[in-house]
Amino acid sequence: MSASEMLTSQGYIQHHLTNLTLGVHPEHGFGFAHSSAEAAQMGFWAINVDTMFFSILLGVLFIWFFKGVAERVTAGVPDGAQNFVEWIVDFVEENVRGSFSGKNPMVAPLALTIFVWVFLMNLMDLLPVDLLPYLFGQFMAVLGGNPHHVFLRVVSTTDPNATFGMALTVFLMVLYYSFKVKGIGGFLGELTLQPFGKWGMPANLLLEGISLLSKPLSLALRLFGNMYAGEMIFILIALLYGGSVVLNVTGGLLQFVWAVFHILIITLQAFIFMVLTIVYLDMAHQEHH
Amino acid sequence: MNINLTLFAQMIAFAVFVHFCMNYVWPPIVKALAERKTKIAEGLAAAERGHQEKALGEKHALELMKEAKASASDIVGQAQKRATEIVEEAKNDARAEGDRLVAAAQAEIEREANRAREDLRERVATLAIAAAEKILQKEIDVDTHRSIVDAFAKQL
Repeated sequence: MSASEMLTSQGYIQHHLTNLTLGVHPEHGFGFAHSSAEAAQMGFWAINVDTMFFSILLGVLFIWFFKGVAERVTAGVPDGAQNFVEWIVDFVEENVRGSFSGKNPMVAPLALTIFVWVFLMNLMDLLPVDLLPYLFGQFMAVLGGNPHHVFLRVVSTTDPNATFGMALTVFLMVLYYSFKVKGIGGFLGELTLQPFGKWGMPANLLLEGISLLSKPLSLALRLFGNMYAGEMIFILIALLYGGSVVLNVTGGLLQFVWAVFHILIITLQAFIFMVLTIVYLDMAHQEHH
Repeated sequence: MNINLTLFAQMIAFAVFVHFCMNYVWPPIVKALAERKTKIAEGLAAAERGHQEKALGEKHALELMKEAKASASDIVGQAQKRATEIVEEAKNDARAEGDRLVAAAQAEIEREANRAREDLRERVATLAIAAAEKILQKEIDVDTHRSIVDAFAKQL
């Protein structure tokens, strides 16, 4: 991608939708991809450094803050931070108690991690869309790089790797607990013997298989789709800037309105991901007789 | 936008965060919440007990007051009874004293009457003798008839 391309709307959007990918390019060898095409050519054995950096940073922030509270937690009068943490923990626990009927000490912490982590990653969407990528580009320029080839995606949940990573982990847990609770026979029976009885086995397997596989897919795609679309709208609004005064004011207004609306979306998506995880694990823990 | 190694890295990161949360974050907080819950429950129970004890104490106090009132009215009744008794005794005493005084007065009167009668008797005797003297001055010698007249006077 050349400098002149960067000035077009398409180039601007594409620049914002390309991850900072580190991997081995078949022609250029090991290093960061200089364009989305190069990133695609790197194939599977590449890693999105920006996604990893921001997701781990926010995850560590979550663990650090919550662990700090957990270490000096008191049953007496809580201070501000503890009150805040207890509020979230109570909220998660209430949801788990309402949706999860089995007994598993892992589900509630899992739900808490999902809720807070996804919320924090989504929250990065409220930062001005150009702020961190621009600063990072300038920083790399100081180090001698070309800012036009330096990519940075701040919102990890707009990277399908992150959402599918979480959804697949949840899916593995669903499979694990399905086998553990129902037994191999019970789980296979559930997949093949309903809803049509044993003579409709192929149809049963098709229906139940689709319903099983749709769980991680819907989890991952729902979060990814919502966040990707939200970010895209921020990018499109950002395209309005730099024109006439009217366009600038309109862009500012639109960005504000969309950001306010987006607060609802990011919270809702984190909540949905958490609740669906609880529900799926609940289904995995239920024994049918 | 490509699915690549990031997927597995994210899965590992996610698992690590869940593991940390499960071992170091969730249990202490939930434990503290449960502890506070029991604390609050205990506090409420204590308050309830205090309430009941207060009610009991009030009931006890009312009973005490009732008893005190009853004994007070008892005492008042006894005092009134005693007072009427005293009044009655005083009346009886007064009546007896009156009777005594009346009797004494009557005795005095009796005595006075007797003395008057004695006086009268002596005077009558003297008068009779004087009269008899006048009548009988010539015929009767005083010294010879004196004993007869005295005997006569004594019969008065």
